[in-house]
Amino acid sequence: MDEQWYDIIIVGGGPAGLSAAYSAWMQGAKKILVLERDREVGGILQQCIHNGFGLHHFKEELTGPGYAQRCYDLVKDKKEIEILVDTMVLNINNDKIVTAVSPKYGLIKIQGKTVILTMGCRERTRGAIRIPGYRPAGVFTAGAAQRMVNMEGYLPGKKIVILGSGDIGLIMARRMSLEGCKVQAVLEICPFSNGLTRNMVQCVYDYDIPLYLSHTITAIHGKDRVTGITAAKVDEHMKPISGTEFEIDCDTLLLSVGLIPENELSRELGLTMHPLTNGPIVDQHRETSIEGVFAAGNVVHVHDLVDFVSEEAEIAGKYAALKAMGKMEGNVTDVRVEAIDEVRTCVPQHIRIGKGETIRLFMRVRKPMKRVRLTVKSGVNMLFSKVLPVAKPSEMIAADIPAAKVNGHYTDWTVSVKEEEA
Amino acid sequence: MGIEMKQLNCINCPLGCLLMVELTDGKVTKVTGNTCPRGESYAYQEMTDPQRMLTSTIHIEGGALPLLPVVSQKTLPKDRILDCAAALRGITVTAPVKAGDVVVTNILGLGIDILASRDMDKRQ
Repeated sequence: MDEQWYDIIIVGGGPAGLSAAYSAWMQGAKKILVLERDREVGGILQQCIHNGFGLHHFKEELTGPGYAQRCYDLVKDKKEIEILVDTMVLNINNDKIVTAVSPKYGLIKIQGKTVILTMGCRERTRGAIRIPGYRPAGVFTAGAAQRMVNMEGYLPGKKIVILGSGDIGLIMARRMSLEGCKVQAVLEICPFSNGLTRNMVQCVYDYDIPLYLSHTITAIHGKDRVTGITAAKVDEHMKPISGTEFEIDCDTLLLSVGLIPENELSRELGLTMHPLTNGPIVDQHRETSIEGVFAAGNVVHVHDLVDFVSEEAEIAGKYAALKAMGKMEGNVTDVRVEAIDEVRTCVPQHIRIGKGETIRLFMRVRKPMKRVRLTVKSGVNMLFSKVLPVAKPSEMIAADIPAAKVNGHYTDWTVSVKEEEA
Repeated sequence: MGIEMKQLNCINCPLGCLLMVELTDGKVTKVTGNTCPRGESYAYQEMTDPQRMLTSTIHIEGGALPLLPVVSQKTLPKDRILDCAAALRGITVTAPVKAGDVVVTNILGLGIDILASRDMDKRQ
């Protein structure tokens, strides 16, 4: 940590940060710094001890810590990559000067030719979903409970109710069962599960845990400690239906009600944000609205697969390195990519078309559907068209637009998903 | 008996293919709906002898963290998963440990080892 200038400063040492660092190094960047606020790198993967990671990226099924280990092994003994743990970034300014604090070095100010934001995301909390009642002990986000059980060695409770069927909630339903706890119910406000199908099967059905779709919690009972909850069915506007209430005994309530990209630093820096992804708007290289500032992984949009996080971070790492070395193609046309019809979000939100390269688009749909057609058009020109057997909000869709189709299509693009006529 | 159809969700990867399994006199005779060969073998396995991977934690003495994440080397019989998880609760190892190290040999006599999921250095 004697340096003040770096080619690339990476904020966050999770899978995105480590993958970006490795990719920048592969591209030939000579001075790369990774800043991580936790006591070790690996990010949230360290507490995701279950398997199912890495099938795409490493062609092997790994646990979360196993995946983190692989990412770390790729960067750890490279003299061009410096990693600082226990280091909290406080501010990033327009000149790409990064201010951070660490117990070892105190207040540090360093400048990067480029910066990559890989801060990941955090959980929505109880406040964000406003359940009325007292504030007894025993209410946790699923991820906080996961960290307690898998890393700190504490059990948050014995009799559990889980609100929300996001993947972390489902994974915790199994985890608590394996630790000898009784999971009383999983409640989901939507009429469909928000987690991956494989997690429904392995984590809920396998353990005979009751799943209540179109249900929510209307009250939490207990003053010092949670003693139970009141559940109720909801109507199509997600409002509780009076008369459908019933009580469930529990000492612990876990909330798995969504993730929010962690973008305080991005907002302060003045990046243009997208209202639906809650992340910065990026081009296909994952460059944000400020030149030389890149972003990748869950800070851009919440992913369901870490493999895609790594893939996106490798793109950001590669182009941040090219930019830092002055090798980025300059002669490009900026084209907007708009999500329409049943596509809720699409990343990247714009592309800079130059000599031509294959562009991968990542989309999420608004609602679960069967047999849909995904199309990408530039004006009236069809660039891509494919029928998908299923589309779900919980599963990100990827589509590759080949370089030959990308070139010359400078009219704004639209990305559409529509149900196919029977 | 005769022919019977069953639906299964493949759990091999996040695609979660919906498998249609044709059973003739209780035996799997046809699998459709899978995108890859793993779906087919999953359907056969699930209908005859369902298996699951097990991941959990064990205590680690003198480690940088109090717990070590572990994973079964291969799948275990589904109906023995809870027994295996309970058996792991009593196990303690000593740091340092390397990813892939065997921490429990032949758990409950099922012929499967339990491995460390990550490196764990000694506490500094």
